[in-house]
Amino acid sequence: MSETTIETPTKKKKSGGRPSTLRLLLNNTLATAGLVVLAFVFVVALAAPLLPLVNPDVTEPANRLQPLFADGHLLGTDALGRDILSRLIWGTRVSLAVGVSATLIAAFIGSLIGLVAGYAGGRTDNLLMRGIDMIMAFPYILLALAIVAALGPGLLNALYAIAVVNIPFFARNIRGITVGLSRREFVDAARLSGKSNASILFGEILPNVLPVIIITMSTTIGWMILETAGLSFLGLGAQPPQADLGSMLGDGRKILFTAPHVSIIPGVMIFILVMSINLLGDGVRDVLDPRLKSGALARPVMRTAVMRDQVPDIAPQEDATLDMQGLKTEFHVGSDVYKAVGGVDLKVRQGECLGLVGESGSGKSVTAMSIMGLVPTPPGRIVGGAALLEGEDLFSKSDEEIRLLRGLAVSHVFQDPLSTLHPLFTIGDQLVEAIRAHQVISHKDAMARAEELLKTVRIPNPAERLKVYPHELSGGMRQRVCIAMALANDVKLIIADEPTTALDVTVQAQVLSLLNKLRQERNVGILFITHDFGVVSTMCDRIAVMYGGKIVETGTTEEILSSPAHPYTEKLIACVPVLGEPDRRLDAIEGRPPVVNALPDGCAFAERCPYAKDDCRKGDLALTDLGEGRTVRCLYPVSGDKAKQGECDV
Amino acid sequence: MGAYVAKRLLAAIPVLFGLSIIVFVIMALIPGDPALAILGSFATPENVAKLNQDLGLDKPMVQQYFIWLGNMLQGDFGRSYTLNRPVIDEVLERFSATLILAGPALVLCSIFGLLAGVISAVKQYSWADKGLTFTVLIGISMPSFWLGLLLIFSFAVKWRLFPPSGMYAIYGGGDLPDLIHHLTLPAITLAVVATGVIARLTRTSMLEVLRQDYIRTARAKGIKERRVIYVHAFKAAMVSVIPVIGIQAGFVLGGAVYIETVFQWPGIGSMLVKAISTRDLLLVQGGVLVVAAAYVLFNLLVDVIQSILDPRLR
Ligand code: SF4
Repeated sequence: MSETTIETPTKKKKSGGRPSTLRLLLNNTLATAGLVVLAFVFVVALAAPLLPLVNPDVTEPANRLQPLFADGHLLGTDALGRDILSRLIWGTRVSLAVGVSATLIAAFIGSLIGLVAGYAGGRTDNLLMRGIDMIMAFPYILLALAIVAALGPGLLNALYAIAVVNIPFFARNIRGITVGLSRREFVDAARLSGKSNASILFGEILPNVLPVIIITMSTTIGWMILETAGLSFLGLGAQPPQADLGSMLGDGRKILFTAPHVSIIPGVMIFILVMSINLLGDGVRDVLDPRLKSGALARPVMRTAVMRDQVPDIAPQEDATLDMQGLKTEFHVGSDVYKAVGGVDLKVRQGECLGLVGESGSGKSVTAMSIMGLVPTPPGRIVGGAALLEGEDLFSKSDEEIRLLRGLAVSHVFQDPLSTLHPLFTIGDQLVEAIRAHQVISHKDAMARAEELLKTVRIPNPAERLKVYPHELSGGMRQRVCIAMALANDVKLIIADEPTTALDVTVQAQVLSLLNKLRQERNVGILFITHDFGVVSTMCDRIAVMYGGKIVETGTTEEILSSPAHPYTEKLIACVPVLGEPDRRLDAIEGRPPVVNALPDGCAFAERCPYAKDDCRKGDLALTDLGEGRTVRCLYPVSGDKAKQGECDV
Repeated sequence: MGAYVAKRLLAAIPVLFGLSIIVFVIMALIPGDPALAILGSFATPENVAKLNQDLGLDKPMVQQYFIWLGNMLQGDFGRSYTLNRPVIDEVLERFSATLILAGPALVLCSIFGLLAGVISAVKQYSWADKGLTFTVLIGISMPSFWLGLLLIFSFAVKWRLFPPSGMYAIYGGGDLPDLIHHLTLPAITLAVVATGVIARLTRTSMLEVLRQDYIRTARAKGIKERRVIYVHAFKAAMVSVIPVIGIQAGFVLGGAVYIETVFQWPGIGSMLVKAISTRDLLLVQGGVLVVAAAYVLFNLLVDVIQSILDPRLR
């Protein structure tokens, strides 16, 4: 998502430990319902000997096939006149016992295999996992059948068979986690301190894989109850007089036409049992595996939500391609609000390159992505300001109007060209798509045009390159393709979000000079987002520096580079003297940018500022005009003589 | 591409070996005299002794395995003592009936699973999504054999829309419409659980994919949202859905055991159940081996389809 520093609420709550896990679970209505039903079934099944039930095995031929609600038989009687309610409760008891035992056996053996394979690695791992693969190569229930065939029908044998076929699910999941864990520092530390392998495995690693074991149990226990019931249904599990839910169902099947309730009732019970387990299991998974939390998987819609209290009235300016005023973008996660962008003004003139500079977390990318509505919603929303593209407010336009402007008037080049190109379409297809989104031309002409575009960005053998997939190109070539795609139509503004950060130094320089040349040839404005002052100096005419969601300084590139006015800018420049030298990057400044859901009063930079005084921490700071287009948001701007001459806290 | 297929084919050979070893080991678990178990309780001592010799059971285990494997590879799966015919003939005949049932079921569950998953993901948090998600949960929680009984009771007994059992009508049946008529209920029953699993996974992976950078790129290009979802996102989501359809094929084949019993479909599943209760172990062994091998080959096909979709795998 965004680069904004967002502490996810799940993290905060999880640190609270077990009670909050349960609370989270109870927040989920369906999971709670599952828990309640399951608990009820468990209690009734456990209490069966204490309940005033008729003996489930007493036959009463005179009273056979009584319907529901018959006298003394609430759920009627079966073909031998046995009380169905009593049999149901006793059968549930058996089914639960078998399902739970099978799960425990499978979890124990499977987890053990997974732990040992993942921890030992090498040949042991290979051997164990090949064995697991073999078991997985069988259709699930078929292997269980084969085992029952060999051992002979019977409830215990069915239990073993079902446990065996479920071992692979545990072994695989647990091995995956263990492999990752055994390379971690705390395992190395334990090894160095002379602990035995067994004590590391069970003392250090096991507690960490426990959530995965529980998740796997919660997914498999439902199946295991179903499958053991299934084997009994086929007559391969519980043998008379013993009965579980499956065998009751199997018995009732023969008289389905005359007395359907005899077979339907145990089926309902199996269904209720498995359904409540699944509901609870889903809840458990959501709590233990935050990645799957429904909130985290929210699907971003095609455009950022615009929810402005009022539409600002802004006079369009003649010379500006992009004129953004007072942009406010927020992220709403649960009840937390992250003010990623808190009132930003930007102006890009025709053919001009404006550098938007700041650390990660400063809000620069969110600012840039807000323009064409590419900030993911949920959780993002634009709550204030306007962005005028050649005088027209983009935030007032309809979704369809925005779509038609994307790629036609404003195009984007993103950071990592491997993840921003679709892995399953050829370069040619992706370029053609960009062209044909806005021009009515035949596929063949579009291909020719795509080839030309590749030539423009100086990709050798363009005709052949059209047919390859992104993963077959180098990083630099891929970014050229992205630039070509941005030029597919006659754009006025390119928004480039850290376009060279993922590339190595020489390629970086090539891509930058290419962008610069194209800008001059086509008179395109560029909004260039970066954290690298080295890159800024080669590309940009003007610079805007962002911190804590606000612009803290603007001016021409020369002025800012030669005499930065804001202490933050000063530090940034001091930290990056050489183009692309990776060790001295922006993030080398001491301290961290403020968390945007808890911005301090006064200057956001005060925490880290060497010149901070008491009054810096009070009230809102305004952007002061220093004349000649320079502005700064600081009470004590750095002037040429008092400047510390750039010390970088590395 | 050709090289990839060859590579997958080669990789399937050790898996097939593994299968045969597992089946061999399971059969070795049989308590008591295997020859007696194979021939049934009415076998004469002479027959038992002869079979022991034929099967090489007087030799060491490893040698026994290779004799056994050699026989299998020549298509000699032994004779079923209950049916008094070669196991392989019976197995192949029954297996083709199972395929007639499982094939349409797999197609059904793929279509409806994908459809439900995509709708859920696209309309996330809507009533349609909630309704589908809940229905899917019901589907995967339901014992399929019970669902089969419910369907028989309502559609075959009460409303008499479909026949309750069998593959063809006894009198005057045998043509395609008759087959479809008999196939409908069992195929639907068999498809329900797999539909749920595929729908769940499709939903998750669509949601996952829609957050990817390349979807943002597609939107930044200005292409229609419909195309973003149904071409860009769907194709990428299929990469994780297709292997699961492969796995579901295994569940459908396995589930056929129940469904064939419930609907008295003359497939390999009902054959196996019967063979187990009559202790016709050679029949069980042959049936399990053939189905498992078919499943391995099917997954090979899934791998190949996957590599056509995803160029990174080639
Ligand atoms: S306002 Fe004060 S704390 Fe903030 S940058 Fe300026 S001198 Fe530093």
